[in-house]
Amino acid sequence: MINKKVANITEALFGVEDNMTFMFGGFGLSGIPENAIAELVKRNIKGLTCISNNAGVDDFGLGLLLHQKQIKKMVSSYVGENDEFERQMLSGELDVELIPQGTLAERCRAAQAGFPAIYTPAGYGTEVAEGKETREFDGKMHVLEYAFKADFAFIKAWKGDAAGNLIFKGTARNFNPNMCGAAKVTVVEVEELVPVGELDPNQIHIPGIFVQRIFKGETYEKRIEQLTVRQRV
Amino acid sequence: MLDKNGIAKRIAKEVEDGFYVNLGIGIPTLVANYVRDDIEVEFQSENGVLGMGPFPFEGEEDADVINAGKQTITTLPGASFFDSAMSFAMIRGKHVDLTILGAMEVSENGDIANWKIPGKMVKGMGGAMDLVASAENIIVAMMHTNRAGESKLLKNCSLPLTGVGCVKKIVTNMAVIEVTAKGFKLLERAPGVSVEAIKNATEGQLIIEGDIPEMEI
Repeated sequence: MINKKVANITEALFGVEDNMTFMFGGFGLSGIPENAIAELVKRNIKGLTCISNNAGVDDFGLGLLLHQKQIKKMVSSYVGENDEFERQMLSGELDVELIPQGTLAERCRAAQAGFPAIYTPAGYGTEVAEGKETREFDGKMHVLEYAFKADFAFIKAWKGDAAGNLIFKGTARNFNPNMCGAAKVTVVEVEELVPVGELDPNQIHIPGIFVQRIFKGETYEKRIEQLTVRQRV
Repeated sequence: MLDKNGIAKRIAKEVEDGFYVNLGIGIPTLVANYVRDDIEVEFQSENGVLGMGPFPFEGEEDADVINAGKQTITTLPGASFFDSAMSFAMIRGKHVDLTILGAMEVSENGDIANWKIPGKMVKGMGGAMDLVASAENIIVAMMHTNRAGESKLLKNCSLPLTGVGCVKKIVTNMAVIEVTAKGFKLLERAPGVSVEAIKNATEGQLIIEGDIPEMEI
Protein backbone atom coordinates (compact mmCIF):
# COMPACT_ATOMS: atom_id res chain seq x y z
CA MET A 1 0.00 0.00 0.00
CA ILE A 2 1.39 3.37 -0.98
CA ASN A 3 0.48 5.85 1.72
CA LYS A 4 -1.28 9.08 0.64
CA LYS A 5 -2.40 10.15 4.07
CA VAL A 6 -1.05 13.48 5.31
CA ALA A 7 -1.01 14.57 8.93
CA ASN A 8 -3.01 17.78 8.64
CA ILE A 9 -4.35 20.45 6.34
CA THR A 10 -1.04 22.38 6.43
CA GLU A 11 0.71 19.39 4.94
CA ALA A 12 -2.19 18.76 2.54
CA LEU A 13 -1.80 22.21 1.00
CA PHE A 14 2.00 22.26 1.00
CA GLY A 15 3.26 24.04 -2.10
CA VAL A 16 0.25 26.23 -2.94
CA GLU A 17 1.42 29.65 -4.11
CA ASP A 18 0.21 32.91 -5.60
CA ASN A 19 -0.81 32.84 -9.27
CA MET A 20 -1.43 29.10 -9.45
CA THR A 21 -4.31 27.34 -11.23
CA PHE A 22 -6.60 25.26 -9.03
CA MET A 23 -9.48 22.89 -9.75
CA PHE A 24 -12.32 22.63 -7.24
CA GLY A 25 -14.86 19.83 -7.20
CA GLY A 26 -18.50 20.61 -6.41
CA PHE A 27 -21.80 21.59 -7.97
CA GLY A 28 -23.28 24.63 -6.27
CA LEU A 29 -22.30 24.06 -2.65
CA SER A 30 -22.69 20.29 -2.89
CA GLY A 31 -19.45 18.32 -2.73
CA ILE A 32 -17.13 21.31 -2.38
CA PRO A 33 -13.78 20.91 -0.57
CA GLU A 34 -14.79 23.09 2.39
CA ASN A 35 -11.63 22.53 4.43
CA ALA A 36 -9.21 23.25 1.59
CA ILE A 37 -11.12 26.44 0.75
CA ALA A 38 -10.97 27.55 4.41
CA GLU A 39 -7.22 26.97 4.45
CA LEU A 40 -6.73 28.93 1.21
CA VAL A 41 -8.70 31.79 2.74
CA LYS A 42 -6.42 31.66 5.79
CA ARG A 43 -3.25 31.68 3.71
CA ASN A 44 -4.67 34.52 1.60
CA ILE A 45 -2.71 33.59 -1.52
CA LYS A 46 -3.65 35.73 -4.50
CA GLY A 47 -3.84 35.84 -8.28
CA LEU A 48 -5.53 32.46 -8.50
CA THR A 49 -7.13 30.92 -11.57
CA CYS A 50 -9.98 28.70 -10.39
CA ILE A 51 -11.62 25.99 -12.46
CA SER A 52 -14.95 25.17 -10.84
CA ASN A 53 -18.45 24.66 -12.21
CA ASN A 54 -19.80 27.43 -9.96
CA ALA A 55 -18.34 30.22 -7.86
CA GLY A 56 -20.07 29.61 -4.53
CA VAL A 57 -22.38 32.10 -2.87
CA ASP A 58 -21.45 35.43 -1.28
CA ASP A 59 -20.42 34.02 2.07
CA PHE A 60 -19.59 30.38 1.38
CA GLY A 61 -17.60 28.17 -0.96
CA LEU A 62 -15.42 30.01 -3.49
CA GLY A 63 -17.34 33.16 -2.54
CA LEU A 64 -14.98 33.32 0.46
CA LEU A 65 -11.95 33.55 -1.85
CA LEU A 66 -13.73 36.11 -4.03
CA HIS A 67 -14.51 38.19 -0.98
CA GLN A 68 -10.76 38.52 -0.22
CA LYS A 69 -10.04 39.19 -3.91
CA GLN A 70 -7.83 36.11 -4.10
CA ILE A 71 -9.19 35.05 -7.49
CA LYS A 72 -7.88 36.60 -10.71
CA LYS A 73 -9.77 34.37 -13.11
CA MET A 74 -12.73 31.96 -12.91
CA VAL A 75 -13.41 29.20 -15.41
CA SER A 76 -17.00 28.07 -14.83
CA SER A 77 -20.26 27.14 -16.53
CA TYR A 78 -22.73 28.93 -14.24
CA VAL A 79 -22.06 31.81 -11.87
CA GLY A 80 -25.48 33.11 -10.78
CA GLU A 81 -26.47 33.58 -7.12
CA ASN A 82 -23.33 35.54 -6.20
CA ASP A 83 -23.53 39.35 -5.98
CA GLU A 84 -19.86 39.93 -5.20
CA PHE A 85 -18.90 37.80 -8.18
CA GLU A 86 -21.16 39.82 -10.46
CA ARG A 87 -19.77 43.09 -9.10
CA GLN A 88 -16.15 42.02 -9.66
CA MET A 89 -16.94 40.68 -13.12
CA LEU A 90 -18.83 43.77 -14.31
CA SER A 91 -16.13 46.11 -12.90
CA GLY A 92 -13.44 44.13 -14.72
CA GLU A 93 -11.55 43.13 -11.56
CA LEU A 94 -12.29 39.49 -12.24
CA ASP A 95 -11.60 37.70 -15.50
CA VAL A 96 -14.34 35.14 -16.27
CA GLU A 97 -14.34 32.38 -18.87
CA LEU A 98 -17.75 30.75 -19.18
CA ILE A 99 -17.80 27.38 -20.90
CA PRO A 100 -20.45 24.67 -21.37
CA GLN A 101 -20.77 22.37 -18.37
CA GLY A 102 -20.12 19.18 -20.34
CA THR A 103 -17.05 20.79 -21.89
CA LEU A 104 -15.80 21.72 -18.42
CA ALA A 105 -16.20 18.11 -17.28
CA GLU A 106 -14.56 16.72 -20.39
CA ARG A 107 -11.58 19.13 -20.27
CA CYS A 108 -10.96 17.82 -16.74
CA ARG A 109 -11.35 14.24 -17.86
CA ALA A 110 -9.05 14.81 -20.84
CA ALA A 111 -6.34 16.10 -18.49
CA GLN A 112 -6.91 13.08 -16.24
CA ALA A 113 -6.85 10.61 -19.13
CA GLY A 114 -3.94 12.00 -21.16
CA PHE A 115 -5.88 13.48 -24.07
CA PRO A 116 -4.49 16.86 -25.16
CA ALA A 117 -7.86 18.00 -26.51
CA ILE A 118 -11.34 16.83 -27.42
CA TYR A 119 -13.93 17.71 -30.05
CA THR A 120 -17.42 18.58 -28.83
CA PRO A 121 -20.56 19.75 -30.62
CA ALA A 122 -21.41 21.99 -27.62
CA GLY A 123 -21.08 25.69 -28.31
CA TYR A 124 -20.65 25.45 -32.07
CA GLY A 125 -22.07 28.59 -33.71
CA THR A 126 -22.01 30.52 -30.41
CA GLU A 127 -19.53 32.96 -28.93
CA VAL A 128 -17.80 30.22 -26.91
CA ALA A 129 -16.53 28.79 -30.21
CA GLU A 130 -15.12 32.09 -31.45
CA GLY A 131 -11.46 31.79 -32.40
CA LYS A 132 -11.46 28.04 -31.82
CA GLU A 133 -10.63 25.33 -34.33
CA THR A 134 -13.74 23.58 -35.68
CA ARG A 135 -14.14 20.39 -37.65
CA GLU A 136 -16.93 18.43 -39.29
CA PHE A 137 -17.55 14.81 -38.30
CA ASP A 138 -20.43 12.90 -39.94
CA GLY A 139 -21.98 16.12 -41.20
CA LYS A 140 -22.00 17.85 -37.82
CA MET A 141 -19.71 20.65 -36.69
CA HIS A 142 -17.56 20.33 -33.58
CA VAL A 143 -15.30 22.62 -31.57
CA LEU A 144 -11.77 21.73 -30.43
CA GLU A 145 -11.38 22.20 -26.68
CA TYR A 146 -8.09 21.68 -24.83
CA ALA A 147 -7.40 19.67 -21.68
CA PHE A 148 -7.00 21.85 -18.60
CA LYS A 149 -3.58 22.39 -17.07
CA ALA A 150 -3.78 22.90 -13.31
CA ASP A 151 -1.37 22.90 -10.38
CA PHE A 152 -3.71 21.50 -7.73
CA ALA A 153 -7.09 19.77 -7.75
CA PHE A 154 -9.04 20.10 -4.51
CA ILE A 155 -11.47 17.23 -4.12
CA LYS A 156 -14.16 16.30 -1.62
CA ALA A 157 -15.10 12.64 -1.22
CA TRP A 158 -17.34 10.86 1.26
CA LYS A 159 -15.10 7.98 2.30
CA GLY A 160 -11.49 7.29 1.56
CA ASP A 161 -8.53 5.30 2.84
CA ALA A 162 -4.80 5.98 3.23
CA ALA A 163 -4.19 4.38 -0.19
CA GLY A 164 -6.20 7.25 -1.68
CA ASN A 165 -9.16 5.13 -2.78
CA LEU A 166 -12.38 7.15 -2.85
CA ILE A 167 -16.13 6.73 -2.62
CA PHE A 168 -18.49 9.63 -3.25
CA LYS A 169 -22.03 10.16 -2.01
CA GLY A 170 -25.11 11.25 -3.95
CA THR A 171 -24.83 14.24 -6.24
CA ALA A 172 -21.86 15.48 -4.19
CA ARG A 173 -19.90 13.32 -6.65
CA ASN A 174 -20.32 15.68 -9.65
CA PHE A 175 -16.96 17.00 -10.96
CA ASN A 176 -14.87 15.51 -8.14
CA PRO A 177 -14.00 12.18 -9.82
CA ASN A 178 -13.25 13.94 -13.13
CA MET A 179 -10.72 16.26 -11.46
CA CYS A 180 -8.79 13.51 -9.63
CA GLY A 181 -5.44 13.18 -11.36
CA ALA A 182 -6.27 16.08 -13.70
CA ALA A 183 -3.83 18.46 -11.94
CA LYS A 184 -0.17 18.11 -10.94
CA VAL A 185 -1.24 17.43 -7.34
CA THR A 186 -4.61 16.03 -6.27
CA VAL A 187 -5.56 16.80 -2.68
CA VAL A 188 -8.58 14.98 -1.31
CA GLU A 189 -10.53 15.69 1.84
CA VAL A 190 -12.98 13.10 3.13
CA GLU A 191 -15.69 12.92 5.75
CA GLU A 192 -14.55 9.48 6.82
CA LEU A 193 -10.99 8.20 6.56
CA VAL A 194 -11.34 4.45 7.02
CA PRO A 195 -8.63 1.82 7.62
CA VAL A 196 -7.07 0.37 4.44
CA GLY A 197 -8.92 -2.82 3.50
CA GLU A 198 -12.27 -1.64 4.77
CA LEU A 199 -13.50 -0.27 1.44
CA ASP A 200 -14.79 -2.97 -0.90
CA PRO A 201 -12.61 -2.81 -4.06
CA ASN A 202 -15.80 -3.40 -6.10
CA GLN A 203 -17.32 -0.19 -4.80
CA ILE A 204 -14.41 2.22 -5.23
CA HIS A 205 -15.20 5.15 -7.55
CA ILE A 206 -11.65 6.52 -7.86
CA PRO A 207 -8.55 4.38 -7.30
CA GLY A 208 -5.75 5.85 -5.19
CA ILE A 209 -3.39 6.15 -8.16
CA PHE A 210 -5.12 9.44 -9.07
CA VAL A 211 -4.59 10.89 -5.59
CA GLN A 212 -1.43 12.37 -4.05
CA ARG A 213 -2.69 13.51 -0.64
CA ILE A 214 -5.68 12.58 1.49
CA PHE A 215 -6.90 13.86 4.85
CA LYS A 216 -10.03 13.89 6.97
CA GLY A 217 -11.75 17.27 6.92
CA GLU A 218 -12.14 18.74 10.38
CA THR A 219 -15.71 19.97 9.98
CA TYR A 220 -18.35 20.06 7.27
CA GLU A 221 -21.13 22.62 7.18
CA LYS A 222 -22.65 21.14 4.00
CA ARG A 223 -24.80 24.18 3.44
CA ILE A 224 -27.99 23.72 1.42
CA GLU A 225 -28.43 26.37 -1.28
CA GLN A 226 -32.11 25.82 -2.07
CA LEU A 227 -34.03 23.97 0.61
CA THR A 228 -37.11 22.50 -1.06
CA VAL A 229 -39.45 20.19 0.83
CA ARG A 230 -42.97 18.80 0.52
CA GLN A 231 -45.53 18.66 3.26
CA ARG A 232 -46.54 15.39 4.86
CA VAL A 233 -50.14 14.59 4.06
CA MET B 1 -53.88 32.19 -22.18
CA LEU B 2 -51.97 29.65 -20.10
CA ASP B 3 -49.97 30.24 -16.95
CA LYS B 4 -46.64 28.53 -16.24
CA ASN B 5 -48.36 25.43 -14.88
CA GLY B 6 -50.56 25.30 -17.98
CA ILE B 7 -47.49 25.31 -20.23
CA ALA B 8 -45.97 22.53 -18.13
CA LYS B 9 -49.22 20.53 -18.35
CA ARG B 10 -49.29 20.77 -22.14
CA ILE B 11 -45.62 19.78 -22.45
CA ALA B 12 -46.19 16.79 -20.16
CA LYS B 13 -48.33 15.31 -22.96
CA GLU B 14 -45.19 15.09 -25.11
CA VAL B 15 -43.52 12.77 -22.61
CA GLU B 16 -43.79 9.13 -23.69
CA ASP B 17 -43.48 5.80 -21.93
CA GLY B 18 -39.83 4.74 -21.55
CA PHE B 19 -38.39 8.23 -22.01
CA TYR B 20 -35.33 9.53 -20.20
CA VAL B 21 -36.01 13.25 -19.80
CA ASN B 22 -33.83 16.23 -18.86
CA LEU B 23 -35.74 19.17 -17.43
CA GLY B 24 -34.25 22.64 -17.31
CA ILE B 25 -34.74 25.18 -14.54
CA GLY B 26 -38.03 27.16 -14.33
CA ILE B 27 -41.19 26.08 -16.19
CA PRO B 28 -39.57 22.80 -17.37
CA THR B 29 -39.14 21.64 -13.75
CA LEU B 30 -42.94 21.85 -13.35
CA VAL B 31 -43.46 19.31 -16.15
CA ALA B 32 -42.59 16.46 -13.75
CA ASN B 33 -45.77 17.27 -11.79
CA TYR B 34 -48.05 16.55 -14.76
CA VAL B 35 -46.62 13.44 -16.42
CA ARG B 36 -49.25 10.68 -16.64
CA ASP B 37 -48.78 8.14 -13.90
CA ASP B 38 -49.52 5.14 -16.12
CA ILE B 39 -46.21 5.54 -17.97
CA GLU B 40 -42.60 4.93 -16.88
CA VAL B 41 -40.31 7.94 -17.22
CA GLU B 42 -36.94 8.73 -15.63
CA PHE B 43 -35.79 12.28 -15.01
CA GLN B 44 -32.11 13.11 -15.43
CA SER B 45 -30.46 16.06 -13.75
CA GLU B 46 -27.10 17.02 -15.21
CA ASN B 47 -25.39 17.37 -11.83
CA GLY B 48 -25.42 13.59 -11.69
CA VAL B 49 -28.68 11.80 -10.99
CA LEU B 50 -31.07 9.66 -12.98
CA GLY B 51 -34.38 8.68 -11.44
CA MET B 52 -35.16 11.90 -9.61
CA GLY B 53 -38.13 11.86 -7.28
CA PRO B 54 -40.13 14.60 -5.56
CA PHE B 55 -38.83 17.05 -2.96
CA PRO B 56 -38.02 15.41 0.40
CA PHE B 57 -40.30 15.63 3.41
CA GLU B 58 -39.28 18.35 5.82
CA GLY B 59 -36.38 17.16 7.96
CA GLU B 60 -35.37 14.45 5.49
CA GLU B 61 -33.42 16.73 3.16
CA ASP B 62 -29.83 15.75 2.31
CA ALA B 63 -27.25 18.36 1.23
CA ASP B 64 -25.64 15.63 -0.90
CA VAL B 65 -28.79 14.98 -2.95
CA ILE B 66 -29.77 17.97 -5.09
CA ASN B 67 -30.86 18.73 -8.64
CA ALA B 68 -29.24 21.07 -11.16
CA GLY B 69 -31.26 23.96 -9.68
CA LYS B 70 -29.48 23.19 -6.36
CA GLN B 71 -32.82 22.20 -4.82
CA THR B 72 -32.98 19.31 -2.38
CA ILE B 73 -34.62 16.26 -4.00
CA THR B 74 -35.19 12.55 -3.44
CA THR B 75 -34.52 9.56 -5.67
CA LEU B 76 -36.92 6.84 -6.78
CA PRO B 77 -36.26 3.07 -6.75
CA GLY B 78 -33.90 2.31 -9.66
CA ALA B 79 -32.16 5.68 -9.46
CA SER B 80 -28.42 6.14 -9.95
CA PHE B 81 -25.75 8.75 -9.23
CA PHE B 82 -22.78 9.46 -11.49
CA ASP B 83 -20.07 12.03 -12.19
CA SER B 84 -20.38 15.07 -14.44
CA ALA B 85 -18.47 13.55 -17.38
CA MET B 86 -20.81 10.55 -17.40
CA SER B 87 -23.81 12.83 -17.06
CA PHE B 88 -22.83 14.68 -20.21
CA ALA B 89 -22.00 11.41 -21.93
CA MET B 90 -25.71 10.64 -21.51
CA ILE B 91 -26.59 14.03 -22.94
CA ARG B 92 -23.99 14.43 -25.68
CA GLY B 93 -24.22 10.75 -26.58
CA LYS B 94 -27.95 11.12 -27.31
CA HIS B 95 -29.06 8.68 -24.62
CA VAL B 96 -31.51 11.21 -23.19
CA ASP B 97 -34.76 11.09 -25.20
CA LEU B 98 -36.25 14.49 -24.48
CA THR B 99 -34.86 17.82 -23.36
CA ILE B 100 -37.17 20.55 -22.11
CA LEU B 101 -35.66 23.96 -21.44
CA GLY B 102 -36.51 27.61 -21.12
CA ALA B 103 -35.44 30.36 -23.52
CA MET B 104 -35.21 34.11 -23.83
CA GLU B 105 -35.46 33.97 -27.62
CA VAL B 106 -35.99 31.38 -30.35
CA SER B 107 -35.58 32.12 -34.06
CA GLU B 108 -37.62 30.68 -36.91
CA ASN B 109 -34.70 28.42 -37.94
CA GLY B 110 -34.53 26.91 -34.43
CA ASP B 111 -31.67 28.94 -32.93
CA ILE B 112 -32.00 29.48 -29.19
CA ALA B 113 -30.66 32.15 -26.84
CA ASN B 114 -30.98 31.64 -23.08
CA TRP B 115 -27.74 32.34 -21.24
CA LYS B 116 -26.67 35.95 -21.47
CA ILE B 117 -27.93 39.51 -21.86
CA PRO B 118 -24.82 41.54 -22.67
CA GLY B 119 -24.14 44.22 -20.06
CA LYS B 120 -27.08 43.12 -17.91
CA MET B 121 -27.16 39.48 -16.99
CA VAL B 122 -24.39 36.91 -17.28
CA LYS B 123 -25.13 33.82 -15.28
CA GLY B 124 -23.63 31.34 -17.70
CA MET B 125 -24.87 28.55 -19.92
CA GLY B 126 -24.55 25.72 -17.40
CA GLY B 127 -25.41 22.56 -19.31
CA ALA B 128 -27.66 24.23 -21.88
CA MET B 129 -25.12 24.36 -24.72
CA ASP B 130 -24.32 20.67 -24.36
CA LEU B 131 -28.02 19.81 -24.23
CA VAL B 132 -29.06 21.77 -27.31
CA ALA B 133 -26.01 20.75 -29.36
CA SER B 134 -26.81 17.06 -29.08
CA ALA B 135 -30.42 16.36 -28.19
CA GLU B 136 -32.64 15.34 -31.08
CA ASN B 137 -35.87 16.15 -29.34
CA ILE B 138 -35.84 19.62 -27.80
CA ILE B 139 -38.94 21.42 -26.55
CA VAL B 140 -38.72 25.02 -25.43
CA ALA B 141 -41.04 26.14 -22.63
CA MET B 142 -41.45 29.91 -22.41
CA MET B 143 -43.83 32.85 -22.44
CA HIS B 144 -44.65 34.05 -25.95
CA THR B 145 -43.54 37.61 -25.23
CA ASN B 146 -41.09 39.21 -22.80
CA ARG B 147 -41.96 41.57 -19.95
CA ALA B 148 -41.88 44.52 -22.33
CA GLY B 149 -44.48 42.73 -24.48
CA GLU B 150 -42.03 42.01 -27.30
CA SER B 151 -42.10 38.72 -29.17
CA LYS B 152 -39.65 36.01 -28.13
CA LEU B 153 -40.26 34.11 -31.39
CA LEU B 154 -38.05 35.99 -33.80
CA LYS B 155 -36.76 36.05 -37.34
CA ASN B 156 -33.23 36.11 -35.88
CA CYS B 157 -32.15 35.99 -32.24
CA SER B 158 -30.69 39.27 -31.00
CA LEU B 159 -29.05 37.81 -27.88
CA PRO B 160 -25.91 35.64 -27.83
CA LEU B 161 -26.85 32.13 -28.99
CA THR B 162 -26.89 28.97 -26.93
CA GLY B 163 -27.21 26.74 -29.98
CA VAL B 164 -28.01 26.87 -33.68
CA GLY B 165 -30.88 25.20 -35.56
CA CYS B 166 -31.74 22.89 -32.69
CA VAL B 167 -35.22 23.69 -31.34
CA LYS B 168 -37.97 21.41 -32.68
CA LYS B 169 -41.01 22.52 -30.75
CA ILE B 170 -42.08 25.50 -28.64
CA VAL B 171 -44.88 25.59 -26.10
CA THR B 172 -45.82 29.06 -24.89
CA ASN B 173 -48.67 30.58 -22.91
CA MET B 174 -50.36 31.21 -26.29
CA ALA B 175 -49.51 28.36 -28.64
CA VAL B 176 -47.81 25.11 -29.60
CA ILE B 177 -45.44 25.73 -32.47
CA GLU B 178 -43.29 23.42 -34.55
CA VAL B 179 -40.02 24.72 -35.97
CA THR B 180 -39.92 23.75 -39.66
CA ALA B 181 -37.55 24.49 -42.54
CA LYS B 182 -39.98 27.25 -43.60
CA GLY B 183 -40.47 28.85 -40.20
CA PHE B 184 -42.74 28.59 -37.16
CA LYS B 185 -45.72 26.34 -37.87
CA LEU B 186 -48.72 26.96 -35.64
CA LEU B 187 -50.08 23.66 -34.35
CA GLU B 188 -52.39 24.59 -31.48
CA ARG B 189 -53.81 27.66 -29.75
CA ALA B 190 -54.10 28.10 -26.00
CA PRO B 191 -57.70 28.21 -24.72
CA GLY B 192 -59.29 31.55 -25.58
CA VAL B 193 -56.39 32.77 -27.72
CA SER B 194 -57.09 33.67 -31.34
CA VAL B 195 -54.86 32.90 -34.30
CA GLU B 196 -54.71 36.65 -34.90
CA ALA B 197 -53.36 37.30 -31.38
CA ILE B 198 -50.67 34.64 -31.86
CA LYS B 199 -49.75 36.14 -35.23
CA ASN B 200 -49.41 39.58 -33.64
CA ALA B 201 -47.22 38.22 -30.87
CA THR B 202 -44.90 36.35 -33.24
CA GLU B 203 -42.20 38.34 -35.02
CA GLY B 204 -40.80 35.44 -37.07
CA GLN B 205 -42.54 33.80 -40.03
CA LEU B 206 -45.71 32.08 -38.75
CA ILE B 207 -47.19 29.39 -40.94
CA ILE B 208 -50.93 28.90 -40.49
CA GLU B 209 -52.49 26.00 -42.34
CA GLY B 210 -56.20 25.29 -42.05
CA ASP B 211 -58.10 25.35 -38.79
CA ILE B 212 -55.88 25.61 -35.73
CA PRO B 213 -57.30 23.52 -32.91
CA GLU B 214 -57.39 24.64 -29.30
CA MET B 215 -54.98 22.82 -26.98
CA GLU B 216 -56.32 20.00 -24.86
CA ILE B 217 -54.77 20.13 -21.42
